[in-house]
Amino acid sequence: MSIQIKGLSLEPRRQTYSHIARRFGEDRPATRYEEATYDVQAVTNFHYRPIYAPEYEIHDPSRTAINMADWYVFKDPRQFYYGTYNMSRASMNETIERHFKMVDERGLLDQIDADWMQKVRDYLIPMRHYEWGANMNNILICDYGYGTQLTSAAAFSAMDRLGMAQYISRVGLAIDGNTGESLEQGRTDWVEVPYWQPTRHAVEDSFVIQDWFETFIAQNLALDGVMHPLVFGEFDRASQPHNAMGITLITQFMTDWFKDNNRWVDAVVKAAAGESADNKKLLSGWFKTWRGRAEEAAAPVAGHVLGDQGGEALKTVLDQLDARAGQLGLEG
Amino acid sequence: MARNVSIVLQDTADALPIIEAIKSDNPDAEVQSMPSLVRIEAPGKLVIKRDSVSERIGRDWDVQEIQLSMVTLSGNIDEDDDQFVISWQ
Amino acid sequence: MAANGKAKRLGMKQRYQMLTRHLDWETSYQPMDKVFPYDKFEGIKIKDWDGWEDPFRLTMDTYWKFQAEKERKLYAVIDSFAQNNGQLGLTDARYMNAAKLFLQGVTPLEYAAHRHFAHIGRHLRGGGARVAAQMQSIDELRHAQTQVHTLSHYNKYFDGFHDFHHMHDRVWYLSVPKSFFDDAVTAGPFEFVTSISFSFEYVLTNLLFVPFMSGAAYNGDLATVTFGFSAQSDESRHMTLGLEVVKFLLEQHEDNVPIVQGWLDKWFWRGYRLLGLVAMLQDYMLPKKVMSWKEAWEVYYEEQGSALFEDLSRYGLRPPLHQEDAIKEKDRISHEVWGTFYNYTHAAAFHTWDVDDEHMDWLSEKYPDTFDKYYRPRYMMWREMAEQGKRFYNNALPQLCNVCQIPMVFTEPDDPGVICFRRSEYNGDTYHTCSAGCKHIFDNEPEKYVQSWLPVHQIYQGNCGGASVEDVLKWYHMNLGVDNMDYHGSPEEKMWSEWMAGRHAEQVEYPPVKAAE
Repeated sequence: MSIQIKGLSLEPRRQTYSHIARRFGEDRPATRYEEATYDVQAVTNFHYRPIYAPEYEIHDPSRTAINMADWYVFKDPRQFYYGTYNMSRASMNETIERHFKMVDERGLLDQIDADWMQKVRDYLIPMRHYEWGANMNNILICDYGYGTQLTSAAAFSAMDRLGMAQYISRVGLAIDGNTGESLEQGRTDWVEVPYWQPTRHAVEDSFVIQDWFETFIAQNLALDGVMHPLVFGEFDRASQPHNAMGITLITQFMTDWFKDNNRWVDAVVKAAAGESADNKKLLSGWFKTWRGRAEEAAAPVAGHVLGDQGGEALKTVLDQLDARAGQLGLEG
Repeated sequence: MARNVSIVLQDTADALPIIEAIKSDNPDAEVQSMPSLVRIEAPGKLVIKRDSVSERIGRDWDVQEIQLSMVTLSGNIDEDDDQFVISWQ
Repeated sequence: MAANGKAKRLGMKQRYQMLTRHLDWETSYQPMDKVFPYDKFEGIKIKDWDGWEDPFRLTMDTYWKFQAEKERKLYAVIDSFAQNNGQLGLTDARYMNAAKLFLQGVTPLEYAAHRHFAHIGRHLRGGGARVAAQMQSIDELRHAQTQVHTLSHYNKYFDGFHDFHHMHDRVWYLSVPKSFFDDAVTAGPFEFVTSISFSFEYVLTNLLFVPFMSGAAYNGDLATVTFGFSAQSDESRHMTLGLEVVKFLLEQHEDNVPIVQGWLDKWFWRGYRLLGLVAMLQDYMLPKKVMSWKEAWEVYYEEQGSALFEDLSRYGLRPPLHQEDAIKEKDRISHEVWGTFYNYTHAAAFHTWDVDDEHMDWLSEKYPDTFDKYYRPRYMMWREMAEQGKRFYNNALPQLCNVCQIPMVFTEPDDPGVICFRRSEYNGDTYHTCSAGCKHIFDNEPEKYVQSWLPVHQIYQGNCGGASVEDVLKWYHMNLGVDNMDYHGSPEEKMWSEWMAGRHAEQVEYPPVKAAE
């Protein structure tokens, strides 16, 4: 038994937009990702120069020392355009909402050793400010960057950082019974407590980097490559003997996000480094500088949380980051 | 005499309970049907109440869900857990 | 300290406050002015950024949830439309020329807005304002990308869509929208939010949206209508931001009032001139008409605008300069702009056509004071020429206004029989503008407008592919005899006629689908 459907046959006169067909070398159907990201950004014949930065055009590849023959080789492995990006994050949000609910209903946070809970507050809540800084840096990449592919993904990443700053705030509220007191304390710690100062210093220095690709390396590879695995990996593992599964559950988004975001970060670095020896040299230099800053930033935090074990945890994280950087083509 | 505020909603199944709630809570409101749209106008103020909508749909409605049906509005907005208010000072 | 007993319940406002306020801090290792180098040079004074109120308290979790749902619904419709050849439901293929103008002229502006709201989203000192700007930034990306996706199906069948990005950067009439947005993004951050968020997205927005989206609805363009509705709820957030921003600036310091007023004067006029293209679209390009430009203008600007400015007068703001000229022109601009495009259809990536008697009668009815007197005779003459095989195409290049970059076709506000012509001197050169409004803008910032990449000047300077019209059109990537020229005789017309004739005739069998056992 079979069903036949009769329909109207209309031969298309072209399969996709011309600028995409030129890239393919032929007129064939394009994916939604391709249509949404190839060449949408204006390139030439701008009418005026920014009055706040007249040395540049509105979109200007010379805002970075990185040189690319084609700025559209930064294909996002996740192929995010607006629709798929939001669907991805909505789905991730559903998971963590369930976790927040479960942790609340079962009082899982009450089971954490009181001493360890203080450490959790110390290392986790100030991270909402770290995330806020990462938001600023990634939206800057969207502002000054070149090409729809790279800049749209940076905008998505920026919004992820804002989301995570808000999730961490919710963790604080879960810990302090919605009084907000943990958030105030976290802010004080971020601004004043000695072991957080090298991190805040590095973050503030990252705000005034002039080359947006350096910002990319500083934030998305170096700083994140140390802080995220340390806080949501090493510290979380160290929390387990203290009955802190509740914290693991309500920080799930951050762990899932790190893996996901790195697919993009790695693709960008690899493509830029692979383009030329000059790029490789620049990127490697920036990485060396900011890896150093990240190490300086993380060390006192690791020491505060893990005491003598802090150094080892940090070394684990740094070794992983160095191996990763090597695979992306960066040189020590 | 207060100037009119307004809200325009999509004319869909999802928006129907919201439209009904608005009519019920705003006796001065005038409802105008347009192609695919419903325009609701009232002097000075319009209130959309969470409870009124929840009652009509059989589940807890979040005031922020208005975003899914809203097309445009005219007036200043104030939003909290229980209601969405559009008004001119 | 673990939570004991039941935590207190937080209201939406309080919860939002805790999740978003004081995520930022005063930097101490780097000076704040170095971290935020651009938000003081315009002379705008902000006493307290905490005075910023977020009307829609959207946290990212809610944003993702709602936007994902909207996207799912939208793409389901786009897919269905494509799969079922929804373009067969259009009233007439001539409607497609409105959609072409949209993709060539408007979609790149959505993208430009995305990038510049990212700029604002980094460079404004206030955290709350940055968050609102960032959400708008990705909303605008949404609009650009969904438009590219929606119109992709039309591109497969109709002409003029195929190289929209290339054309936007080069083609003469597209420098009108391009220069408009370039002007906004090269200004400082506060001017940008006044020009786009307030002036364009609040004051003038309905004049853009209603013609395009209602025009789509009336003419069977289901795909664009669905996009329009889906985007509108984003737009209501943008409108709210626009109004919020202007009130915030006006409330923060009295010194801000004259600065904001100056921007409003400029951007009302620049936005109004840009909308001349939309006026033409509304009166001429929709086979099934929604309302006339004049009617839309009267409702959406004269009525709604005056209520708005009445509300804002308590801050010391007055209605924009030159609005009286715009009101005087409401009977004329759509016809003047259509006339231009009729002249230059050989150089445009969309079609124009003979305005038939039924259409002219509608125009007569909507424009009783001007249509029969000034414009019908013109159209009758052109029809006669076309019938004689001499369809009129203007082989000279027009002078462009140095500010809005529209050809100088507008007439004196008080005299429809006289071309409106203004001149300004700057550094020994003479510059021309189309109106008192554009001259005012030029004279305030001549150093800016003399940079313009005027398409006609560029052609004459040899920067556009060559010395002949054909050379230039090829440089524009126009398919000659396909994208351009009169609708009558176009490949598109032929295709449409075949479709309409063969609608119920040609059928194909899809491969058989096995039913479940």
